[in-house]
Amino acid sequence: MNLTLNIWRQANATAQGAMHTYQLGDVSEDMSFLEMLDVLNEQLLAADEDPIAFDHDCREGICGSCDLMINGQAHGPEVTTTCQLHMRSFKDGDNITIEPWRADAFPVIKDLMVDRSAFDRIIQSGGFISANTGSAPEANAAPIQRDKALRAFNMATCIGCGACVAACPNGSASLFMGAKITQLGLLPQGQPERDSRVIGMVGQHDAEGFGGCTNIGECTAACPKEIPLDVISQLNKDLRTAIKNGH
Amino acid sequence: MKGSRGTRSTVALKILMALSGLAFIGFVLGHMYGNLKAFSGQAAFNEYAEHLRELGEPMLPHSGLLWILRVGLIVALVVHVVTALMLTRRAHAARTQKYAVKKNVASSISSRTMRWGGVTILVFLAWHLLNFTIGKINPATGDTGDAAGDPYSLLVDTFDLWWMTIIYLVAMVALGLHLHHGTWSSIQTLGFTSTAASRARAKAAGWIIAVVVAGGFSLVPLSVLLGIIEK
Repeated sequence: MNLTLNIWRQANATAQGAMHTYQLGDVSEDMSFLEMLDVLNEQLLAADEDPIAFDHDCREGICGSCDLMINGQAHGPEVTTTCQLHMRSFKDGDNITIEPWRADAFPVIKDLMVDRSAFDRIIQSGGFISANTGSAPEANAAPIQRDKALRAFNMATCIGCGACVAACPNGSASLFMGAKITQLGLLPQGQPERDSRVIGMVGQHDAEGFGGCTNIGECTAACPKEIPLDVISQLNKDLRTAIKNGH
Repeated sequence: MKGSRGTRSTVALKILMALSGLAFIGFVLGHMYGNLKAFSGQAAFNEYAEHLRELGEPMLPHSGLLWILRVGLIVALVVHVVTALMLTRRAHAARTQKYAVKKNVASSISSRTMRWGGVTILVFLAWHLLNFTIGKINPATGDTGDAAGDPYSLLVDTFDLWWMTIIYLVAMVALGLHLHHGTWSSIQTLGFTSTAASRARAKAAGWIIAVVVAGGFSLVPLSVLLGIIEK
């Protein structure tokens, strides 16, 4: 298929960026979206032009590196990561606009790459448990109900890609925080730091410049791991409880 | 610094917004129910209006309880508007570079019109208070205060003007949209929707509150215009 690609180009973090248009022919529908960009980059290199910088790592939907806004949707039209999006989701003659995540807390490094270390700092300010190191504990020493274990696991599937922030009109990272807070809050290991966790994470979230949640639901629709909106309710409840407990 | 990080957070601002919003939901439900007295005729409606001022007597002075409720509503209004301004400013600062193309795939129209819808309701509120409370402006005769007539006559004169009824109906559409998202959003913000089932119930509550309040309020002006309620 033949495609017209409108892609954000920006030389570095401080340079003024702009949309550039590229024509790409002979695209196979079996290619992944990133492979399509690889082909474009090979053409740019052959023409002695600067290739388009974009984030990617595992290319199997589990690392959370790839992050493209495709035709106004985070990770494109399917519920998956950009690397697992295939060109069969598009058709011949399509016009595809590709932009980086837009959030002031995710500054552009180059072209389509953004710096998502704000997420790391949010995790560092509470998204962990304190556990003694050494040999693994006895597996049956801390019984956990099956439904809680499953729900905690589902919330732990968040890969921190940032699609929730990218899709949110307020640039809020509430879904990201809610997934971690729900995951750890369901388990006995997460209880000792439960109050300080939510206070620390929300405080860092606000300090990074993310916006507040308006419960509109664009985040959960964009989430490649389908984290549900009720984790934000849990986040709010945990913060309310922490304030009540004097934090 | 204990306490400051949590209480100054965006989530705490949202909780204040949710609580003040719930106070308004309680108020509009009561206000809407009271308005339906207009169907009982002039004497019953005017008696109801006067009774509002006599509530709590003789324990409280004349209009005492009414003023307590009014002060509560004014506080709720200030909290609701100030937190809205603070959160809107934060949201705008969170994305200064806009997308060239952005699709909304899951959000409702009501959720995306909360800010401008709120401004619409605030502008309407100013006129509504001038019309029926502060100025008692009768738009049909131009009279104000006691000259505008008793509450029932003022109501009928106002809604006998088709363009006044239109203004009120437009405001009720804005209110209905605001309540549709606001009801569910406040329940979510207070942390009562931690399961898919409770989320569905909160969204259903949003629909019910929106239809009951906006629909119930609209009955009176429509009935006046259609001649069902007359002097």
